Amino acid sequence: MSAVVHPIEARGLVKRYDHITAVDHVDLTVEAGTVYGYLGPNGAGKTTSLRMLLGLIRPDEGSARLFGRDPIEEGAAALEGVAGFVEAPRFYPYLSARRNLELMATLDGGDAGDRIDDALATVDLTEREDDKVKGYSHGMRQRLGIAAALLRDPRLLLLDEPTTGLDPAGMRDMRQLVRRLAADGITVMLSSHLMTEVEELCDRLAIVRSGRVIYEGGLTELLRSTGQRYRLRTTDDRRAAEVLAHQGGVGEVEQGEDGLSFAADEGIVAELSIALVESGVGLTALVPAAASLEDLFFELTEDAAEPSPSGSGSVGRTRPEARSSGGAAALGEQVRS
Amino acid sequence: MSATASAPRATAAPRAHSRRPSIAGIYVWELRKLRAQKRTYLGLGSAVVIPVIFVVSLMLQSGDVNDVPFGRYVRQTGLAIPPVLLLFSSIWLLPLIVSLVAGDIVANEDGNGTLKTILTRSVDRQQIWLAKMLAAFTYAVLALVLFAGVGLLLGGLRYGFHPLTSLSGTRIGAGRALALMGASLLAYLIPLCALAAIALLLSTVTRNSAAAVVGALMASLIMQLLGVISGLGFLKPYLLSTQFDAWQGLLREPADWAPIVRSAWVSACYGIPALLIGLTNFVRRDVTGG
Ligand SMILES: Nc1ncnc2c1ncn2[C@@H]1O[C@H](COP(=O)(O)OP(=O)(O)OP(=O)(O)O)[C@@H](O)[C@H]1O
Ligand SMILES: [Mg+2]
Repeated sequence: MSAVVHPIEARGLVKRYDHITAVDHVDLTVEAGTVYGYLGPNGAGKTTSLRMLLGLIRPDEGSARLFGRDPIEEGAAALEGVAGFVEAPRFYPYLSARRNLELMATLDGGDAGDRIDDALATVDLTEREDDKVKGYSHGMRQRLGIAAALLRDPRLLLLDEPTTGLDPAGMRDMRQLVRRLAADGITVMLSSHLMTEVEELCDRLAIVRSGRVIYEGGLTELLRSTGQRYRLRTTDDRRAAEVLAHQGGVGEVEQGEDGLSFAADEGIVAELSIALVESGVGLTALVPAAASLEDLFFELTEDAAEPSPSGSGSVGRTRPEARSSGGAAALGEQVRS
Repeated sequence: MSATASAPRATAAPRAHSRRPSIAGIYVWELRKLRAQKRTYLGLGSAVVIPVIFVVSLMLQSGDVNDVPFGRYVRQTGLAIPPVLLLFSSIWLLPLIVSLVAGDIVANEDGNGTLKTILTRSVDRQQIWLAKMLAAFTYAVLALVLFAGVGLLLGGLRYGFHPLTSLSGTRIGAGRALALMGASLLAYLIPLCALAAIALLLSTVTRNSAAAVVGALMASLIMQLLGVISGLGFLKPYLLSTQFDAWQGLLREPADWAPIVRSAWVSACYGIPALLIGLTNFVRRDVTGG
C-alpha cells in the first residue's frame, strides 16, 4: 500500500456479465478534497464501477479500496466515512421519509440519529418528512438520497448521476449542494453523462467508454490537450470539402448541418482561405473553435469507425447537443474573414 | 434544497469510533417494517379469523367433528379446540401464513431496490440477514400463538376450561392440559421454523417474493404428497410434513417423546442447511437491482 491513503484507490477492476465486459481494467485514484467526475455515455460502466467501490458487487478481477480498506474483504467497516448511492436512491415506500432516515441512522450507528433534522433541512424536505415515500416524486427521492448520505457525516461521497431526472432548479440546487459539500472538505466522486455538469463541478475526471477509462486527468489539461480546430462556413460546403480534402495539413474534417470543421495549424488555415477563395467558394465564417468538453466527449466516446459523412449534409458525428453549445461558442467569436 | 441551510460539516479530526449497530437494533427495525406492511396483517388476520369461524360454526351446528383426534370433545372443553385447529390446518394454513412473510422478507428488498440502500450503511450483510431470520421466526411464533390462543380463548369462553381427554383416553386436568398445550405449540414450532428457513432460502435465492412464497408452500405440499404414496412409506418419517404431527405425542399418557425427538433432528436437517445456504448466498451475492 502506498504511504498516502487515498479516499478511492481502484486497481484493475473488471466486471463481466455473460458476454459483456461492463468494467474493463479500470484504475482510479481519487485524492482527498477533489471533486472527481466519472463521465461516460449510457452503458459505459459507471454504475457498475460505483457498485464495486461500494462493495455491492464483487469484481471479477482487481480490487477497490476506500481509505485503504477493501469493502469486499472488510464489509461495512470499509464504508466508514463513506456514503452515497447508485442509480436512483431507493427507500421503503410504506414508511415516511423520517422513518426511513431513522432506520438508516440505526444502521449507521453512532450519532447518525442526531443529524436527521439537519439532513432533512439541507434537502428541503422537512415539510414533507411525515409523508410516505410511496408518494414522493423522483426529485424528492433524489434529495432524500442525499439526506440519507449526509446522515453518515461522510468524508467521501459517491453519487451516481445525482442530477438525472431533476428539473433545472433541482439540478442547480444539487450542484450547489455538491459544491458546498466539497467546500466543507468532503471528497466527492460523481458519475454523469452531462459534460457541462462535470465541467462545472469537477477538478479531475475520468472518461469511460465501454468499461474502459479512455482519459484520466485534470479538466484543464484535457481541454488543452486537443489540437486546434476550426469551424468553417461557406457559400458552397461541397466544394469547400473538396478543397479541404486536397489541402495538405488538414485533418479530421467533419461536415454538419451548420458547416464544416477541421483540425489544422494556423499557417495552413491561412493557405486554406486563399485556396477556398480561388476555387470560387465564399467564406461566411472561419473561426477557431473553442473545444468544449462536450465535443471532446463525443470525440472520445463515439466510434471512430462510423461512416464519415459525405457531402449530403448528413449530421454525421455532430450531435444536436454538441452543435448547440459549440455553435453558440462559434457565433460568439465570429470573425469576419 | 436550499443553499442557505447548513450541511453537516465534515470534521477533519478522525471521528470517535462510532457505536456499531447491533443485530438487535436491526431486528427491531425488521419488526417495524413488518408492522408497516399489509401482507403481515393478511397472515395474522387469517390466524385470528379461522379459529373464530371454527368456534362460531361449532356454536351454530350440532354435528360432531369426526375423523380427528379430540374432535369428539370440542363441545366438552375449550381445551380441545386448539388441538383440533392445529390438526385441521397444520400442514397448509400455518405454513402458508409463515411463508407469506418469510418468503417475502428478503425478496421484498430486492423488489423495492432497498438492498443497496441498507447495504451501504454500517452493517454487515450477515447482520441484516440474521435480523431478518429472527424477524421471520418471531412472526411464526406470533401467528401460531394467535391461532391457538384465539381458539383456546373463544372455546374456553363458550365451553369452559374443563379437563381434557388425552389421546390415550386418560383425563388431564385443565392446568396440566394448558401446560401441555404450550409444550405442543413449541413442538409444532420446530417444523414451522424449518419451513420458515426454507422460505427464507427461497426468498434470498429467487429474489422474487411470489416465487418464494409459492415455492415454500409447494415444498410443503409435495412432501405431504410423498407421505401418502404407499410405495414411499419408508420416506414418511423423514419428511418435514410428517413432523407437523409430532406434537400429538405430548397429549398421550405417558408422553411419547420419540416423534418429537425425531421432529427436532429431521427439522434441523431441513432448516439448518437452508439457513446456511441462504446466509451464504446473501453475503456473497451481487446486489444489482434497484
Ligand atoms: N446486472 C447486470 N446484468 C447484466 N448486465 C449488466 C448488469 N449490470 C450492468 N450490466 C451491463 O453492463 C454495462 C454497464 O452498465 P452500467 O449500468 O454500469 O452503465 P452506466 O454507465 O451506469 O450507464 P447509464 O448511464 O445508463 O446509467 C451495460 O452494458 C449493462 O447492460
Ligand atoms: Mg448508471
